[in-house]
Amino acid sequence: MLEGIMIGLSTAFSLQNILIVVAGCLIGTFIGMLPGLGPMSIIAIMIPVAITMGDPATALILLAGVYYGAIFGGSTSSILLNAPGVAGTVATSFDGYPMARAGKAGKALTIAAVASFAGGTIGAILLMIFAPALSTVALLFHSAEYFALMVVGLSAIAAFAGTGQVMKAVLMTILGLMAATIGEGALFNMPRFTMGLMDLQSGIGFITLAMAMFALPEALFLVLSPKRSETGSSDGKITGLRITGEEAKKITPVIGRQSIQGFFIGVLPGAGATIASFLGYAVERNIASAEEQKEFGKGSVKGLAAPETANNAACTGSFVPLLTLGIPGSGTTAILLGALIALNVTPGPRLMTDSPEIFWSVIISMYIGNVVLLILNLPLIPYIAKILAVPRNYLIPFILFFTLMGAYIGQNNATELLMLVGFGVAATILRFADYPLAPLLIGFILGRMMEDNFARSMQLYDGAGFILERPMTMGLLAIAVLLIFLPSYRARRAKALQDGVAQGD
Amino acid sequence: MTLDRWIALVILVVALAYGYGAFFTMDQLLPPFMRNTPVWPSTFPKILSVMAVVISLAILLGLEKSGKGSDASGIDYKKLKEYNYGQAIALLGLMIAYALMLRPAGFIASTTGFLVLGAVVLGERKFHWLILIAVAASFGVWYLVQEVLGIFLRPWPFFLGT
Repeated sequence: MLEGIMIGLSTAFSLQNILIVVAGCLIGTFIGMLPGLGPMSIIAIMIPVAITMGDPATALILLAGVYYGAIFGGSTSSILLNAPGVAGTVATSFDGYPMARAGKAGKALTIAAVASFAGGTIGAILLMIFAPALSTVALLFHSAEYFALMVVGLSAIAAFAGTGQVMKAVLMTILGLMAATIGEGALFNMPRFTMGLMDLQSGIGFITLAMAMFALPEALFLVLSPKRSETGSSDGKITGLRITGEEAKKITPVIGRQSIQGFFIGVLPGAGATIASFLGYAVERNIASAEEQKEFGKGSVKGLAAPETANNAACTGSFVPLLTLGIPGSGTTAILLGALIALNVTPGPRLMTDSPEIFWSVIISMYIGNVVLLILNLPLIPYIAKILAVPRNYLIPFILFFTLMGAYIGQNNATELLMLVGFGVAATILRFADYPLAPLLIGFILGRMMEDNFARSMQLYDGAGFILERPMTMGLLAIAVLLIFLPSYRARRAKALQDGVAQGD
Repeated sequence: MTLDRWIALVILVVALAYGYGAFFTMDQLLPPFMRNTPVWPSTFPKILSVMAVVISLAILLGLEKSGKGSDASGIDYKKLKEYNYGQAIALLGLMIAYALMLRPAGFIASTTGFLVLGAVVLGERKFHWLILIAVAASFGVWYLVQEVLGIFLRPWPFFLGT
């Protein structure tokens, strides 16, 4: 491990890579602040840039920097304007915005930055401990287990979708898997479901799909409802970045607890920064003393530190399944996985042994990224916040243009743009009806790998017997089934209880 | 019928078409030597199509009580009439026009046009600034993509050569 850290240090501390981290964090903060552009859209837009860099380690460092920069930027706009650009920072606005209203915007930003820094750093340490351990276990997996593991991952994503949404999430996942079968696969030498169209021969471009699923609907919503881009009341003056020793003492235990809790929530597939931040907020409110509880929602420092720590720790945690198993647990890591595959790197248990420089330099760059966010971004925030004043008449055409560019320069194919618009409209309609879109993209990206593993185990065991013959596969598949049916069972029981039915068991 | 069930119906139709493709059109094309393998190109799609049909039917018939999902986006299609859907449709049209014009008209002209018209659709009227910014942005992005990233983008219309 020490050797790995050394490799990581030497890769991450090259001048180029440090500049990349700084650039990534700045770009991420910049765009993350804008209303309606989440980390997924930003990363999707940045992918063509990352891919042309050629070096997978550099590319992943850039994208990871953009990722936490975006989360940081999202919390800034949550605090200053009560306009969270990112779902993971909604909980930040509960206490951050009241603090800013009370004239303590600078303090709130500092607490958010310190909490994010601590969450990210502790998360990175935990990642360093757990990822190699998990990789060692994962090396024992065969294609049958991989297939089963992907099924578990996908069903976990569906299971976390919330009450009344599980079926929709499952359907979206399957739709994504179906979309992945379009085109010519590696395993079978024949085009499938192309309907004779040449443009579908190589399948649907994943960047196109990612843009259409996330960037385009958000931009369209900004157009549809001008209120979403309305900037709240901000006097623009940010003063007093210092926090007192007493406040520091108050938030230290919160940060400690939430770093660990957030990290482990992030590791779970399907439960990302959003769930971690809400849960962190709720937990801290419940264990706080009675008089502190009253402050929650009115500008409590604890209530601000908790979600901020948790969402950054969860962002780091979500890299664990990505780097060790090659299975993304969230939309963002799914996009990162797609970028890595495009760069000819297959994340998985062999990543650590085959290309340790990627694995370790990403982890080291997380530390650098956190430091950059703390010491470079925080003082710059008052200036970066000016971007929020860009009129939407200019902002929206540019967002749309970058969306188009992202899909175009990856493929250099104008048909891709027509597909982008088509999928984007479909995605917007799906969003209207509360269909979650992240499962679709994750299904799409995992689809090919899943089918390959499925086909390989079918061939090895000459049929579907592998499910019965490999206890681990069967166990994992059983977990997947449980994950799907448990939420609906619980929802039904909750409803039965509401209707006055006595609790039978 | 609510929108989510209409969507389930559409997906059901898609899944049926997909399933038809998987069950009835793919296997004849399979070369004979591949017929002995336990997994065919159509195996996975067949499983998927069955699952998709079952689940979209379940949503269509409302088997799962849909609690009002946690909609963080706060957007509601029932209020569509209050929204600027005209602008949205115009922008989508612009995007399609951009896709069709990108090759023939070249990158600079189509991008400038897209940015200017996009802003005009949204109600911008300060043309001198707008055109200046749009032209600068087009050249800037073109330079970044072509020279820094090294991806070919044809800057000028087709009649000016490459």
